[in-house]
Amino acid sequence: MKIPLSWLKDYIDLDLSLEELARTLTMVGLEVEVINVIGLPLPENTGRQEFKFTGLAWNPEKFIVAQIDEVMPHPDADRLTLCRLHDGIQEWVVLTGAPNLFPYKGMGTLEQPLKVAYAREDAILYDGHKPGYELTKLKRTKIRGVESFSMVCSEKELGISDEHEGVIILDSDAPTGTPLVDYMGDAVIEVAILPNMIRDASMVGVARELSAVTGKPLKVPSRKVTSTGPKIDDLAAIEINDPNLNPRFVLGLVQGLSPKPSPYWVQRRLRLAGMRPINSIVDATNYVMLETGEPLHAFDYDVLIQRAGGKAPTIITRAVTKGENLTTLDDVERPLDQHTILVCDTAGPLSLAGIMGGLESEVTETTRNVLLEGASWNFINVRRTSSRLHLNSEAGYRFGRGVHPALASWAVDLGLERMAAWSGGTIAQGLVDNYPQPPLDPLVSISVQDVERKLGVTIPAKQIAVILTRLEFVCKVSGDVIEAQTPPHRLDIGEGVIGKADLMEEIARIYSYNNIPETNLADELPPQRNNLELANEEKIKDILAGLGLQEVITYRLTSIERETRAYLLGQTPDPENYVRLLNPIAPERSVMRQSLLASVLEVLEKNARIRERLAFFEIGSLFIQEEENNLPVEPRKLVIGMSGKRNIPIWNQKDTGNLDFYDLKGVLEELLEKLHLEAVAYQPTEHPSMHPGKTAQILVGQTPIGVLGELHPRVKQNYDFLTPAVYVAEIDLEALLPLIPLRFESQPVSVFPPVLEDIAIIVEEAVPADRVEALIRQTGGKLLADVRLFDVYRGDRIGAGKKSLAYSMTYQALDHTIESGESTALRNKIVRRLERELGAVLRDN
Amino acid sequence: MSEKPIILAELEIAQQKALALLAEIQDEEPLQAWKREYLGKSSTVMSAFSSIGQQSKEFRPLVGQVANQVKQALEAALEERARIVTEAALTRKITDERVDVTLPGRQPITGGLHPQTLVLRRIFSIFAEMGFQVYRSRDVESDEHNFELLNIPAHHPARDMWDTFHIDQPGVVLRTHTSPGQIRVMREQAPNPIRAILPGMCYRYEQISSRSEIQFNQVEVLAVGKNITFGDMKGTLNGFVRRLFNADVRTRLRPSYFPFTEPSAEMDVECFVCAGKGCSVCKGSGWLEIMGCGIVHPAVLKNGGYDPEVYSGFAAGMGPERISMLLHKIEDIRYFWGNDARFLEQF
Repeated sequence: MKIPLSWLKDYIDLDLSLEELARTLTMVGLEVEVINVIGLPLPENTGRQEFKFTGLAWNPEKFIVAQIDEVMPHPDADRLTLCRLHDGIQEWVVLTGAPNLFPYKGMGTLEQPLKVAYAREDAILYDGHKPGYELTKLKRTKIRGVESFSMVCSEKELGISDEHEGVIILDSDAPTGTPLVDYMGDAVIEVAILPNMIRDASMVGVARELSAVTGKPLKVPSRKVTSTGPKIDDLAAIEINDPNLNPRFVLGLVQGLSPKPSPYWVQRRLRLAGMRPINSIVDATNYVMLETGEPLHAFDYDVLIQRAGGKAPTIITRAVTKGENLTTLDDVERPLDQHTILVCDTAGPLSLAGIMGGLESEVTETTRNVLLEGASWNFINVRRTSSRLHLNSEAGYRFGRGVHPALASWAVDLGLERMAAWSGGTIAQGLVDNYPQPPLDPLVSISVQDVERKLGVTIPAKQIAVILTRLEFVCKVSGDVIEAQTPPHRLDIGEGVIGKADLMEEIARIYSYNNIPETNLADELPPQRNNLELANEEKIKDILAGLGLQEVITYRLTSIERETRAYLLGQTPDPENYVRLLNPIAPERSVMRQSLLASVLEVLEKNARIRERLAFFEIGSLFIQEEENNLPVEPRKLVIGMSGKRNIPIWNQKDTGNLDFYDLKGVLEELLEKLHLEAVAYQPTEHPSMHPGKTAQILVGQTPIGVLGELHPRVKQNYDFLTPAVYVAEIDLEALLPLIPLRFESQPVSVFPPVLEDIAIIVEEAVPADRVEALIRQTGGKLLADVRLFDVYRGDRIGAGKKSLAYSMTYQALDHTIESGESTALRNKIVRRLERELGAVLRDN
Repeated sequence: MSEKPIILAELEIAQQKALALLAEIQDEEPLQAWKREYLGKSSTVMSAFSSIGQQSKEFRPLVGQVANQVKQALEAALEERARIVTEAALTRKITDERVDVTLPGRQPITGGLHPQTLVLRRIFSIFAEMGFQVYRSRDVESDEHNFELLNIPAHHPARDMWDTFHIDQPGVVLRTHTSPGQIRVMREQAPNPIRAILPGMCYRYEQISSRSEIQFNQVEVLAVGKNITFGDMKGTLNGFVRRLFNADVRTRLRPSYFPFTEPSAEMDVECFVCAGKGCSVCKGSGWLEIMGCGIVHPAVLKNGGYDPEVYSGFAAGMGPERISMLLHKIEDIRYFWGNDARFLEQF
């Protein structure tokens, strides 16, 4: 909300600098976003800044209140005028093109001089002819043969608003010769209103907060003039159908007025506060809304009488009945639902309660009698209607967050007063006031100990009472207990323990968060627990990063089409199982993913244009809607994707070819070994994304934990890869993590020399390599410290359908040196076993 | 007395010649040749030894003695020369071995962790030392946990604070914050004291831009106990921020609003990019908004199974992406899930 400083000062005396004021507002919860100076000096540059300042300072020597005594025609130009102007020191002739001075052209010396904002030579101001706000210096020049060196300013040139249609004509009591900044220098402080502080979307609300902090009294405006018109009682009536929707409705009447432009100071305040002045009737309603926080609505009374067949109108409030529409004053026909509240008369709907008036009964230039509404509405209904219709109005903004019904009569009184003052007319006596459901305004009890317990600071009861009293709570102190009666402008204070928390916030805010001392937690520690799942996931990440893979984190929002790419035709996940968004921002982010593989493949695809070697992994959740009406399951997965070059060839490092199945398998073997998993086995398997001949299932003991293999060439075609084959692994962390042992045993290292030996055996192609190695290890027992397959040969020398496997063996004992006889015996035993069980033949060469 | 054997003269000449030649030798190979020539089988010295038997008896000891002396002298000289030659060779080798140290090194294969894994670990470890343990919770949440139990009833104006993704199942949303985890932890732990960190991916219906994402991490901090105050919240959060940024960073708490805390606050740290002077990062304000926090609302405590008249607590929520952006001058939030290797490899 935009708060003009001059307006705020109507309700409180302030002796704070702009920065102090901004700091004070921010620290009570009205965060200052920007301060726009309108003439007032900008703060000095101290090297430290707390707030953003914008705007134009008016040099008191250069910007003066002046008076135009005569508007004369320009000898050569119809669209220009020459003004005889006095700046308090001397008379000047000033050239202008302002259309709003034309009416005065050729009238000779004006009976009532026009007060204007006058800028002298060299004044720095905004260029009115350029878009946006561009500073310019007023220079001596000649326009159509007339010398010009000073000017009469528009609002835009002074930074008050975008208005550049004409020059400002000040109110007639403006003192000629006074520096302009002293007359109307101002600053607009823009604050963010928190959802629970809608009471402060008003000048009085903001002033009240400042009063609570500074102790300066709040000057609450009240109606000054008594009504001179007829009694209102017989002129209008109210019927409230549902007090829950409409707790209060108030009407007042002004007769015999005529709308005109509001006084300049009113227009300026409205503009500074961000509203457009319309006419003196509408301006009065907006002015009072900004002043009090209570939105008002003005009906053309004569239209209502006409609708009532010449009788006094009856206002009826009710919920929409099926199929009703209303054309609002912006000339849009609105379809309505049953949550909308309507203000009607006997002839039908008049306005959307609390949001926007209807077109038919709105105030126009011909309006002479105004029926003024101040009411209170159920904020949930108002909010639902304005969000459903995407209808954002100042009234809907306030009523949609809750406005206390007590404000209605006060605001209507002020509205009548201002309307009559600015538009003429007489105020009918009294108000029609229907107030069936006053709010509770809870009485809350809070103690010094309560405050101590929650805030950690001891504030004496008396001080607590002072804080609350300044916020207009009515307080009764007995000992350490304060009983506080909620003031009738707040709907945000609850009862009992909730009310206590609400008061706590008020106390803390005004006492200032900065004054609450910083302490260390002294409370009892919770029972200790491990988060093994997280710890193991983090360990896996560390191992994989250490093995040369880069972690990625991808969107969990995707589309079925994107995921389909990761599968062979017809093998995609069941579309029924997707968690689908009701309101996606875009079709490509419309479901929660079911495939982490698809996410990682997208990363590989993207980086294929950036890097020659691709090696990525991600750990994350999938989302599978297993049963309707239940929350989906969110299993954790690990996916690894590798493709491209094994290493990056540079000047001293040869190209060692492309990554293949065994690069990926090596990563998994190393990972599982570093996790101390035993009995790991790899078996050929199939997978809906993978090459049928190059895919293995990984088993730990009997438990399948995932698959690895080459991405199926047909699946690969779905992507824009530049690299050769793509290798992927998909690990089910729900299966893997529970298998990771919390502790493991290390093995002793032998001090006795090892015996090294190579053997090569020939077996049928169908014999799996891991079976050979397992038999070797089993037979070698403890003495066989290590076995390493160092060569696989297929070829003519051993015959078709066979393969030769060459192993490097290390024999070593923990307790003695192995003699050659012992190692030979062991070797023979191993070879015999391989011969017997696998039909192996020892290869001799 | 017979004439001195000629061999003695030959030995002397051989010695002189050998020593003179030896002094010239610079390399290993001529050194070996010299050794063969002057100390080999057919050398004068070795011939002298084998000739002893042919000498007259009276000179035999003398010849033996002289031959020995010459042999020892030559051997000693050889040893010395060999040392010099080896030394010189090493010196030459070292000189010749100079490499171009400006050529690029051989590139090791490296991997790395995502920047958000790294920043989350930093956050966890700082809080772990204050006794806070990590809990994780689900991404797809019930409206009840995400809103209602957190004191945000349906149609409440506070709901405007979150632009929510709804699921086609009624009453299910993508969590808009990690706060529903508060309820889950409390219900699991009540009536034990709680010090918990709740990290997780959250989602909001927004247009993706350099400053806003539809998916983002959040870290929630929750402490519940019988003796936990606003002052403790200040101390804990200030301690965290000082460790994360720097020891003497200035902070401020200013009132804010969250339906699940009261009093609520926003914590700002002095902009460390401009040291509070005002810059584009802090949008000219000199302060950076770093997290929201507050005293746990009594309705939330009650929903979690704690009696608000006995227990109190504080909660805070921060955005690890924002923290990374501030720490590493990342100007586009889309980098995080963009997974461009050129970005990721910098961390």
